[in-house]
Amino acid sequence: MLRDITLGQYYQSDSVIHRLDPRVKLSGTIIFIISLFVVNNFIGYAIAGLFLAWVIKVSKVPFRFMVKGMKSIVMLLVITVVFNLFLTPGEAVVTVWKLKITKEGIEIAVKMAIRLVFLIIGSSVMTLTTTPNNLTDGLESLMKPFKIFHVPVHEVAMMMAIALRFIPILLEETDKIMKAQIARGADFESGNLVKKAKSLVPLLVPLFISAFRRANDLAMAMEARCYRGGEHRTKMKPLQYKKRDGLAYLTVFLYLAVCILGGRILPGLFMAP
Amino acid sequence: MGIIQTSKLVFEYIRRDEEGNVEGITRAVDEVDIDVQPGQFIAILGHNGSGKSTLAKHINAILFPTEGTVWVDGMDTGDETKIWDIRQRAGMVFQNPDNQIIGQVVEEDVGFGPENMGIPTKEIWERVKESLKAVGMYEFRKHSPNKLSGGQKQRVSIAGVIAMHPKCIILDEPTAMLDPNGRKEVIRAVRALNDVEKVTAVLITHYMEEIIYADKVFVMDKGHIEMEGTPREIFSQVDKLKSLRLDVPQVTLLAHELKKSGLDIPEGILTIKELTEALEDLRRS
Repeated sequence: MLRDITLGQYYQSDSVIHRLDPRVKLSGTIIFIISLFVVNNFIGYAIAGLFLAWVIKVSKVPFRFMVKGMKSIVMLLVITVVFNLFLTPGEAVVTVWKLKITKEGIEIAVKMAIRLVFLIIGSSVMTLTTTPNNLTDGLESLMKPFKIFHVPVHEVAMMMAIALRFIPILLEETDKIMKAQIARGADFESGNLVKKAKSLVPLLVPLFISAFRRANDLAMAMEARCYRGGEHRTKMKPLQYKKRDGLAYLTVFLYLAVCILGGRILPGLFMAP
Repeated sequence: MGIIQTSKLVFEYIRRDEEGNVEGITRAVDEVDIDVQPGQFIAILGHNGSGKSTLAKHINAILFPTEGTVWVDGMDTGDETKIWDIRQRAGMVFQNPDNQIIGQVVEEDVGFGPENMGIPTKEIWERVKESLKAVGMYEFRKHSPNKLSGGQKQRVSIAGVIAMHPKCIILDEPTAMLDPNGRKEVIRAVRALNDVEKVTAVLITHYMEEIIYADKVFVMDKGHIEMEGTPREIFSQVDKLKSLRLDVPQVTLLAHELKKSGLDIPEGILTIKELTEALEDLRRS
C-alpha cells in the first residue's frame, strides 16, 4: 500500500522544457514568482497567465497534473480568501451580521487567489518537468556562490540525493514492519487520532533503528569507494548550458520586462494626472 | 610480496558500558598471516563471528590493525597518506545490496567511484560502460536500482568497484542476502572478472558451493586461520569442517560417506560430475 507513493511528481515526456538545464528552470520559476508579486493589476495577471499557459502547452504535460498540486493548498486558499474578504476595511457591499464584505476586500481576495494559484502551478511546471536528480544538481550548482559563507552546498545536495534514493526503500521497509505487526495483532486502523498516533510508536522504533543501520552501512560503502566530500570531485553528468538555455533565459527576462511594463509602469502613466 | 599481505594481524573490538568504561575486549582477528598473489581467486570461509568480515575490512583500510600490519599492493594501511590509494586498489563489495548503492540510476551509481577519484567526465563514461558490460548489466544502465533483483543490484555494486580500476576486489558475503539464482549470477560475474580481467578476487562467504573455483581457501574460526589450501585439500577433511560447524556440499558429503563405508573413491570430490565419473570408474574396474 505504501509503495504506491511516488516522490517528486516528475512527468515523463519529451519536450523542450524537459530538456532545459535545471538551473534555467529553477531561476525561471523564481523570476516567475517575483513577477507575481511585482505586478498588482489585472493586466499584469493576464500577462502572467498567458505566459504560464504557453509554458504548460510547450511542456506537453497534461493540465490535470498541474491541478493535482492544487489540492494541497485548497485550505490555505480558502482561508486567505475568507480573511481578505471579511477583514479588509472599506466600502461595504454585503453585510452579514457583524461581518461585511467590502469592495476592496473582494479585489484583494481575488488577486491573492490568482497569485497563489499561479505560484503553485508555476512551481509544479518545474517539478513536473525536472527529475529530482536534475533538481538536486541544479540546486547545488546555483547555490555554489554560498560556499564563500561556508554553506556546505555539496554536502546538502548529496544528502538530498541520498534521501531521494532511500525514500522508496524505507517505505518498503515500513510496509514490511507494518505487515509483520498486523500479523501479530497490531491495529493501525481503528481508534481516534491519539490512539492511532500511539499505535505508530512500535512502527517507528524499528524503522529508526534500521534507518541508522542503513546509514552506517552506506557511509562505509561510500568511504570504501573513496568518497571524501566535494573537493577534487569530478562530475559524470556536468551541467552545461546549451543554446536553448540561453534562449530560455532571454524569454524569461523578456516576460519579466513585459510584466513590469504592463503591470506596473503603463497603468501608472495612464492614471497619472 | 603479494598484492595483499598481513603479518601477525590482530584486531580487538573494545566493548564499553554506558559510562564508557571498558567492559571487555573481543579479539575478532587473532594473529592472522595471509599472502595473496596477484590474479588469484581467494575464498575466506567461516562461520558467523569467525572474524572473516573484520579481516576483509582491514584490506580496504576501513578498519586498522590493533597489532600487526596489512600491506595492500606494497602500501601499509596504517599510513594515512596512502588510505585513498589503498581504497582505490582494493575495492570492496558489501553484503546488503540496498545499502551500498548511492545513485538513483544504475549508471550514476557506477560512476560514483570514478567521480570521487576525480576522473575526467569523458573517461568516467567509458569506465561505466566497460564495467557494466563486464558484469552483464549494460542494458539496465538507465534503470532505477530499486527495481532490480538482488543479484542484479549486487552486480551493479561490483561494476561500481570495477569502474575504479582496482587491482583486487574484496567481496564481503555478497551473496548472503540473495536467492540461489542471484547467488549464481554474482559468483559467475566474479569468476569472469578474475578470469578475463585478472583482477585478484577475495570472496568471503559461508556457502561452500561458492568456493570450489577458488585457487586457495582460508577457513577461519574464532579469529584464527584454521585451515588453508586448495578447495580439494579443504574438502577432503570433511570431519574437521564439520567440527568447525561448516556445511560441506552434499556431493562431497555423499562421497565422503561412501568412502567411509568402503567404496574406493578419491577424497575431496567437489562436483556431481566428478562423483559420477569416480563411480563409473569403480564399476568398470
